[in-house]
Amino acid sequence: MKARRTVAVALSVLALTAVAACGKDGSPSSSTDNKSGAAAAQLPTYKVNAAAKLDASPAWAAAKQRGKLRIGAKSDQPFLGFEDVQTGKRNGFDIEIAKMIAADLGFDPETQIEWKTINSSARETSLSGDQIDLYVGTYSINDNRKKLISFGGPYYIAGQSLLVNKDNTDITSPESTKDKAVCTVTGSTSIGNIQKYGAKVTQFESYSLCVEKLLTKEVDAVTTDDAILKGYAAKNQGKLKVVGDPFSKERYGVGLKLGDAALQKAVNDALKAHEDSGDWKKAYDATLGLSGAAAPSIPELDPIAG
Amino acid sequence: MGIPFEDGNFSLFVRGFLGTIELSALSALFAVLLGVLLAAFRVSPVPVLRTFGTAWVTLFRNTPLTLLFFAVTFVLPRLDVHISSFTAAVVALSAYTGSFVCEVLRSGINTVSLGQAEAARSLGMGFGQTLGLVVLPQAARSVIAPMGSVFIALPRNSAIAGAFNVFELFSVQKTLTEKGYAIFAIFFWLALAYLVISFSIGAVFNALERRAAVAR
Amino acid sequence: MSTRTASVLFDVPGPRARLRYRLFGAVGLVGIAALFWWIVSTLADEGQFDAELWNPFQYTVVQQRLLDGVLATLKAFGLAAVGSLLLGTLLAVGRLSDHRAVRLPCTWIVQFFRAMPLVIMIFALWQAVFTAEPLWALVTGLTLYNGAVQAEIIRSGINSVPRGQAEAAYALGMRKTQVMTLVLIPQAVRAMLPTIIGQLVVTLKDTSLGYIITYPELLFQGKWVAQNGDGYPYIPVVLVITPIYIALCLALTALAHWLESRSRRGANRRGTAAA
Repeated sequence: MKARRTVAVALSVLALTAVAACGKDGSPSSSTDNKSGAAAAQLPTYKVNAAAKLDASPAWAAAKQRGKLRIGAKSDQPFLGFEDVQTGKRNGFDIEIAKMIAADLGFDPETQIEWKTINSSARETSLSGDQIDLYVGTYSINDNRKKLISFGGPYYIAGQSLLVNKDNTDITSPESTKDKAVCTVTGSTSIGNIQKYGAKVTQFESYSLCVEKLLTKEVDAVTTDDAILKGYAAKNQGKLKVVGDPFSKERYGVGLKLGDAALQKAVNDALKAHEDSGDWKKAYDATLGLSGAAAPSIPELDPIAG
Repeated sequence: MGIPFEDGNFSLFVRGFLGTIELSALSALFAVLLGVLLAAFRVSPVPVLRTFGTAWVTLFRNTPLTLLFFAVTFVLPRLDVHISSFTAAVVALSAYTGSFVCEVLRSGINTVSLGQAEAARSLGMGFGQTLGLVVLPQAARSVIAPMGSVFIALPRNSAIAGAFNVFELFSVQKTLTEKGYAIFAIFFWLALAYLVISFSIGAVFNALERRAAVAR
Repeated sequence: MSTRTASVLFDVPGPRARLRYRLFGAVGLVGIAALFWWIVSTLADEGQFDAELWNPFQYTVVQQRLLDGVLATLKAFGLAAVGSLLLGTLLAVGRLSDHRAVRLPCTWIVQFFRAMPLVIMIFALWQAVFTAEPLWALVTGLTLYNGAVQAEIIRSGINSVPRGQAEAAYALGMRKTQVMTLVLIPQAVRAMLPTIIGQLVVTLKDTSLGYIITYPELLFQGKWVAQNGDGYPYIPVVLVITPIYIALCLALTALAHWLESRSRRGANRRGTAAA
């Protein structure tokens, strides 16, 4: 009995190592580009500003010391912040924004960024707790959050919308979600917005889990910003569609530690520079643009208070 | 500090508390049913059923409950089984707790000495009588204490359901944390709620134990 | 188990009973086979065995991720195991102290942490103290809770050591501390080893709560593969991860059995009467 159990354990360990011994290296070309976001060819390249000096910002100084800039992002939002299963590389519009800022701050976007995947509900905590230096991941600027952290940007304007199954005809607008099961993410601004319309809200910690619930018809719709939804619709081609006009205004900003005005200014300067040089547009076209949605206009940066 | 008594949080607390109670009570009920069934399988003279019982218990006792919740929430819909989040949580908790109940019952039955049952059978008692009048009453004594810890653990484990779209006390904690209340103040009130729950269950089992101890 | 001729509940079966058992067995087998067939066929119908879904597991990135997950799980477990055993011993000794001022707080601590849901503790610790280090929130929570449980196990172990042992030690002129550390605790741990390891299995399983506070343990990494892989391979991920957890837990249990048989041999060699 005992010997048998030990053998069983040994066998399962062996089986695992055997599986691990025949791994394939994914290369970006082997995966179909339209599935997982960025086509490398059209992405802009960013010149590292080696002369960047920002000693007034403790976060920057610590990052320089470390040799790595720690950026929080999402990893499961196609075309926005996505981590490719085959290559382990990140791609998407938010990732590009993060890279251009990093380059202007004097960090090589390919080698000197330490990416951290952070869920919506943990964003403020991880910024105020010094877990990361910047957060770029569909982060709506609002007053409640401004009490806890500071924002650079906005760099993109999205609006809350609805994602439904292709064959769904009863949900066309937020008004029609009354008593329908609508999924969204814990700690996002979408919850309050959709509850007003009398929807039954289901909450999970990431949009992917919501989309999974939608694909298996456990919920009737997923609601969040149209940018995120477009990405999912494009990734699950032919199964899902985005419906209704955006019924809120979400201004995406770059999260940073409360009161780090120097870093905030540097982030805004970087955004401005790349928006003017056309990198912003190029990045959009190579990522979110693949979903077929035309580039929206570039938003005006918020003035830095104090 | 008086978080439950500020801006409408009281109803939130009550809802969460009732959610935990409801989830725990239902899961306890099904866990007992399942546990008895599995224990019957495991002590039965039929090898196939014994193997099935053993496999089930091994699987569910060595799988993390969080993984079980994850599986029930995201795997069942893919198998075209559509149940509400609450039902899914009850399924996960009962399947998990049931295997522990089964083990407690089985070891309880095994503590009864063979001579007792043989004596009962030699008096001409049938299977039902042997089990009901001789074996189970004696097994009950050694079962009550470990059974108590299984059922005190149940409401504690039910908190994981809060991460899978069931509204209970853990959800209350998340909601209030988001609202920006002091984290340890929230924790204080939740701790109080769970202490009430676990002491009540503990009291019930202590009373049972006292009664069983007298009945020697 | 199977070599026993009669169990508490059943006599040795006669020919008719054997026939009946075989009949039950056959019915049970059919029932179980039907259940399996239903699961497998549903999975197949839903296309869960399509090669595409299992593709992710062929990539080194994914394998590395899962391996990292296993290592992260083991790291949290190792730290929490050591922490909870130390804390458990301290609390157990504290509860047996002669001084009320020591005894009462220890009793309260044990009772309090045994009643707290781990998720809620870990979540609070993560939000309040270890915002940057979910690992430490997880380990602290696991240590506090499992320490309280281990304390009760070790305490009942100490109480189960025959009184003569402590009396003999005092007669040799040992101080209370020496009696505890040299005589009582080693014997208590040996007596309670199966239960202690059983609780360690619980500790190992509970590391998966790290999933909720974004600690990249096995389940968390599995979720990442599931939500980023083509076609959302939730089922393949669960089918891969569950056996890993079960293997880890069974390995720990096997270790317990081995230790137990060794320590029993040791005891027999010295010829002490088994308690």
